[in-house]
Amino acid sequence: MVMTDLLAVLVPALPLAGAVLLSALRRKLSATVAGSIATALIAISFVATVILFSGFDTEAGGRTVRILDWLNITGMDIPLALRIDALSLTMMLIVTGVGALIHLYSIGYMHDDERAPTFFAQLNLFSFAMLMLVMGSNFLVTFIGWEGVGLCSYLLIGFWYTKPDYNYAARKAFVMNRIGDVGMVLAMALLFHFLGTLEYAAVMEQAHSIPAWGLLAITLLLFFGATGKSAQIPLFTWLPDAMAGPTPVSALIHAATMVTAGVFLVVRSSVLFDLVPYTRDVILWTGTATALLAATIGLFQNDIKKVLAYSTVSQLGYMFAALGMGAYSAAMFHVTTHAFFKALLFLAAGSVIHALGGEQDIRKMGGLKGSIKITFVTFFIGTIAISGLPLMSGFFSKDLILAHAFQHSPVAFGLLVFGAVLTTFYMFRLLFLVFYGTYRGKAHAHESPLTMTVPLMVLAVLSVVGGALNLPHLFGGHEPMKHFLESAAAAIRSEEIELSASTEWILMGITAVLVFTTIAFAYGRFVKRTTLEGDEADMPLLKRLIAQRWRVDELYAALFEKPYGWLSEHFHSIGELRIMVPLQNGVGEAALRVGNVVRKLQTGNASFHLLAMVAGIILFLVITLLSN
Amino acid sequence: MNEGIITAIRVVPLEHYVILSFLLFSIGIAGVVFRRNTIIILMCLELMFNSVNLLLTAFSAYHSDPRAQVFVFFIMLVAAAEVTVGLAILVMMKRNVDSVDVNQLNRLKW
Amino acid sequence: MLAFFYLFAAISIISALIVVSARSPINSVIALVVCFLSIAGHYILLNAQFLAMVHIIVYTGAIMVLFLFVIMLLNLNKATEPMKTLGTRVAAVLAGGLFFLTLMAAIRHGINITPANEFDPGVGLVRSVGLSLFKEFLLPFEVSSVLFLSAMVGVVMLAKKEKTSPQPLSQVEGLPHDNAPLNKA
Repeated sequence: MVMTDLLAVLVPALPLAGAVLLSALRRKLSATVAGSIATALIAISFVATVILFSGFDTEAGGRTVRILDWLNITGMDIPLALRIDALSLTMMLIVTGVGALIHLYSIGYMHDDERAPTFFAQLNLFSFAMLMLVMGSNFLVTFIGWEGVGLCSYLLIGFWYTKPDYNYAARKAFVMNRIGDVGMVLAMALLFHFLGTLEYAAVMEQAHSIPAWGLLAITLLLFFGATGKSAQIPLFTWLPDAMAGPTPVSALIHAATMVTAGVFLVVRSSVLFDLVPYTRDVILWTGTATALLAATIGLFQNDIKKVLAYSTVSQLGYMFAALGMGAYSAAMFHVTTHAFFKALLFLAAGSVIHALGGEQDIRKMGGLKGSIKITFVTFFIGTIAISGLPLMSGFFSKDLILAHAFQHSPVAFGLLVFGAVLTTFYMFRLLFLVFYGTYRGKAHAHESPLTMTVPLMVLAVLSVVGGALNLPHLFGGHEPMKHFLESAAAAIRSEEIELSASTEWILMGITAVLVFTTIAFAYGRFVKRTTLEGDEADMPLLKRLIAQRWRVDELYAALFEKPYGWLSEHFHSIGELRIMVPLQNGVGEAALRVGNVVRKLQTGNASFHLLAMVAGIILFLVITLLSN
Repeated sequence: MNEGIITAIRVVPLEHYVILSFLLFSIGIAGVVFRRNTIIILMCLELMFNSVNLLLTAFSAYHSDPRAQVFVFFIMLVAAAEVTVGLAILVMMKRNVDSVDVNQLNRLKW
Repeated sequence: MLAFFYLFAAISIISALIVVSARSPINSVIALVVCFLSIAGHYILLNAQFLAMVHIIVYTGAIMVLFLFVIMLLNLNKATEPMKTLGTRVAAVLAGGLFFLTLMAAIRHGINITPANEFDPGVGLVRSVGLSLFKEFLLPFEVSSVLFLSAMVGVVMLAKKEKTSPQPLSQVEGLPHDNAPLNKA
């Protein structure tokens, strides 16, 4: 048991050590050495996680490793403790496993950058924060990680800080995340108010004693916090802009790990959410709306990474829709497979960008399948996985969500299927425009080095076979992931699909047929004819609206930025200049004047001071006498 | 003799001692404020010490409690130490400003 | 017996007034010695024989002689003290008088000064005070020796001649004389 505890502490400690070490030696190390150190550390973390996983006994449930007392005041005991259970182990495997591959990939991707050691230090710091987030045994430790990943995300988006646009993107991500964090902080405050503890185990046990309105507020606030991190409506606009960061960052933070933190948080507090059906409905419809909105925007984007970013937002919408239906294990399953194929897609896109010397516009690509074969094959696998072609990982996870949706609400089912069709369309559009047809750019394409292609291949294999992690009964499996997760969240046990086998077959059939039709349509549109998007000004109204991302950014600017700017200006011109400044100066001047008068009392004459002292004593005695 | 003293304590009311020591104390205070010669101010302090001592002793005798007299003893100890230090400061003062007038010590202000 | 009390009280008050008002410091010291002796008489009236002895030895014998020595060594026996202004004198008398009145008011209202215990003729003799001092107050008694030691060291430090700065402070150049020069008086 001591051994397991040690391993559990080691898992987040190694990336932290790496971050400290690399930032201390960032001027001395070369990019390759720094990358190797960072990769090795996170790989060791992964091995430790695997050992923990293999030794984990689902019957025994979770284990809490108390590292040290943190906030231990009367009536408040919040330790710095780690929780090892099925849920955190799943997330730890994703974070360290996919993380290690992305670290490895970054060695090749960043080898020309002179600030590469800093990059790896921040990447390691991110891994540490993410591990704290998933391993924390109470809300506050999770919150450390929650803030930590937000910070690292900010740092890494703005990694190339010489470009002002990137800094704006980083700031936007940070501010949006911070808005969500307010929800999380308030939720924690309410939880502490009602229960006096923030330990997950204790909170879930005593959840029933919270009054209904409290539960409602807590769950809504937690979900609001989750929308910030997981880029859901209304706080999703930062994620596409976050693509300013280096591509491995997009893969690790903005596809595989950090953005799933919201999903993780909801699953962690599933007991609370199970008690409030209203919040679950809110989550379901927010998720569905996000899935559709982001998918439509993805249709007309021309930046290879932006398409993937909107696709990520859309897939996160699917996860939240699943959460809203109480299908926690389905959501976690989709988190896992999504981590595989979306990391793969981002890394492959990075490889394309790398091959073309930094070009990101798909209108200037095309016909690349001959020149960069490994990238093409892996990107292709990623595309069919996310589109949900039968027997790919995305097929199983998305189908599970759709089956739940069908059982839960036909409307949601219809919308989500529509979203899946859109996903297939924009993903194949991307694939066709990048790799098929003729090359429309000028750069000379070259295949990426082995450090970049090996992670691609590993992730491609995982994207294909990832569905086996939770193979449904229909395909002869027995949903191992669901049973594994049951030990962490009891709510999963009641999460059954009660559809008959034939219904499920029909559903799968419908999706498959739709997906194949869409692919054929996309093939005709983009391979036979190579339709490129022109200027936004020439588009018809609706299409232009979509291409301009539904003008959500402009809406937010009009709704929040402008009034805020107006308020700030007036607070400055009236509140600050007319009220506060005169007030402060007045206080200062008054003090000076009073001082000028009073200081004459201080004569420096000893006998005068003696007299004053005697007068004081007399006064004191008189007051004492008069008061009794 | 002993008999006579006992009657003295019985005859003289406690208030008389209280008033006497109050008077001595007030004279001391007036002197501290009144005089400018530092050495006389020190003497007035001694006077005030002694008025307190007298009060303590009077209460001690009327309450039949010897502990107050031990306190008087300690006050005498402290007073002796205080006087030596005070007189040393006086010597310093005389040497430095060539005067024992407290009004010469007006550097307590900037 | 009451007559003795009034006698000693009158002597102590009058000598105290002389202490305050005498022009020459020597006269003040002599008056203070008389005052202390009368207070010693009070101690004897109060049956505090031990205190009376210690009082005469410590105050009259040691402290007052110290005063006399300082006056002699510093050659202060000249009535050079400039009188204070009338306002200050009035203020001083007022301060003392008000203080006395306040204290009187205190014992008139509220503060109980009636004796509580039975009379014990042994209290105040060397035996009872000594027992109390060496049983109950042994530690403070021992600690007071440390106080004396530090006072002694301090006095030596203060009173020894400084080699570096022989001239009076008022004549040292460069000291700030912004508001009130030292030699103004």
